[in-house]
Amino acid sequence: MSAPGAPPRLVTGTVVLAVLTLVVLLGPLLAGDPAAIVDPPAAGLLPPLARRTVIELRDGSTLAGENARQADGRWLIARRGEQRSVAAADVATVSHRLYWLGTDNLGRDLLARLLTGGRVSLAIGALALTLALLVGSAVGLTAGWRGGALDAVLMRLADALLAVPVLFLLILLAALFRPSPAALVAVLGLTSWMDIARLVRGQVLSLKEREFVVAARAIGASGPRIAVFHLLPNLAAPLAQGAALRLGDLILAEAALSFLGLGVQPPLASWGAMVAHGQEFFPAAWWLTFPAGAAVVAAVIGAALLADGVGEAARAELRPTP
Amino acid sequence: MLRFLLRRAGAAVVLVWLVATVTFALVSLAPGDAAAGLADPRVAPEVRERFRRDFGLDRPWPARYLDWLAGAARGDFGVSWAHHRPVAAVLADAVPATALLAGLGLALEIAGGLALALVQLRRPHGRADRALTGLALVAYALPAFVVALSLQYLFAYRLRLLPPSHQLSPGGDLLAGLPRLLDQLRHLVLPVAAIALTGVAAVARYLRGALLDERGQLYVLAARARGCSERRALWAHALPNALLPLVTMVGLSLPFLISGSLVIEVIFAWPGMGQTMVAAALARDLPLLMGGTVLATLAVVAGNALADLAYALVDPRVRL
Repeated sequence: MSAPGAPPRLVTGTVVLAVLTLVVLLGPLLAGDPAAIVDPPAAGLLPPLARRTVIELRDGSTLAGENARQADGRWLIARRGEQRSVAAADVATVSHRLYWLGTDNLGRDLLARLLTGGRVSLAIGALALTLALLVGSAVGLTAGWRGGALDAVLMRLADALLAVPVLFLLILLAALFRPSPAALVAVLGLTSWMDIARLVRGQVLSLKEREFVVAARAIGASGPRIAVFHLLPNLAAPLAQGAALRLGDLILAEAALSFLGLGVQPPLASWGAMVAHGQEFFPAAWWLTFPAGAAVVAAVIGAALLADGVGEAARAELRPTP
Repeated sequence: MLRFLLRRAGAAVVLVWLVATVTFALVSLAPGDAAAGLADPRVAPEVRERFRRDFGLDRPWPARYLDWLAGAARGDFGVSWAHHRPVAAVLADAVPATALLAGLGLALEIAGGLALALVQLRRPHGRADRALTGLALVAYALPAFVVALSLQYLFAYRLRLLPPSHQLSPGGDLLAGLPRLLDQLRHLVLPVAAIALTGVAAVARYLRGALLDERGQLYVLAARARGCSERRALWAHALPNALLPLVTMVGLSLPFLISGSLVIEVIFAWPGMGQTMVAAALARDLPLLMGGTVLATLAVVAGNALADLAYALVDPRVRL
């Protein structure tokens, strides 16, 4: 019916996420120091595509001007409509900079901040997802394999957690535990394993009646051995789809928490925290807000496409070949 | 019916008890003093002792736990540390604003989703259908704060068509009657639109699929064979059946609705649960946070039960 090979959404989603990951991993190496404060009165809140000449002095301070030229052993800088001059001997470096995404109120390069912020956002998302997968698989395997009262208790617990509006729980947790990136990973991971546990449990219930599992039991394989070597490999496809779906939700949750001031704390920045910081200068300096928001959207679209694609691929796999 | 109601009520009580217990345990197990807001070294030790005594923090945890449960069962969540008023009173002030926002947002979301699905179904797999399906994917990925900030930027700050925040214009308290109502409605437009936009994609996506399925069913073919117009076959025959599972879907989406309106309330300075909870978190106002979490859970559980009940009412095949 459809062309052979991977579904287009799977390819697009993978490419979007891979490109984002590469860009945030490699980008900061090229984009300069995201934390460098540059002459805030002259280089603060510059709009995207602004150019400035930045002069670093030997005492560590910086001067930014529209242009600068050297004459008679002095540097002349056009800075905010007036001429400043410094002795060439005091000048450490002179650089001409193009601010692709503009600057924030402290003259920090927003492109560099967006790229390093992306590291934080994506890393928290990926690590929280790993935690959710570990907890969800463990709970699902245990509940499905052991059955009985343990199964009932674990699944009721999952139901209960699913019914709690997670953001409320996250807010409570963020108020209790000083939000560090590690705490965020723990909190996000431990509030999003329930779907995965249900998924795994359902699969295990049907797998454990299959011949190869019965055979493994018959030759005396232990429960954990069967779980790891016989059940887990058969759970790869549903787990992959569940994981891709969760990834988008987790990136969104981190962004929402950081946006509310309850996630990543300064000086560390994530995309959500950047949007929150931009609120102070909104709407005049809109460029502090929207690029970071767009980055979140791109990541979540990538994850959503990936989830759709994995689902499609899994269904295609299951379809009997004519 | 009665058995169903009793069973659901029992499950709800257990769930709310669980959440109340978990919130209590979290608060008690959290590192440092519950009164860590007073951990500032400039706070005199006597003040800290006084605070701990006044709020009963010096008593052993089993006593506090039983107190908290007994109070929560009566709707008494203690006294807010930041507001110096009963938590229940603070929440009672905030709930109507959130209910208004979320309710209108949900209604608009369903209406918009239905409209989109109907447009898509004019020519399934046609150009408009594909374009809207693509857009729905993007809309699904839009975080609430991006939608809210974009709307605010465009319609309030750039075009200056609508007020950017709050429930009333400055001095709006002095208005009365129709002008006041109009002012309130103008303030509602952007936050309600933001809530609806974040959820409309899911509804449209679901309804498109469901209507497409239903239209292929034999009873629709039979209706057409009897001479039903295409329009009547869709609206009177296929649509009611496609709408049924939407009831459950809406019930299940309640946690997201409440959480989404939370961020939107903060952006539009809307004095509801979201604002209250975030302010409470930043101030470490633990009684208010605990009470708010339990109340939100209660709302979700009740909403789910209502959705199931509504399902049984609209679908005669379902017996409870």
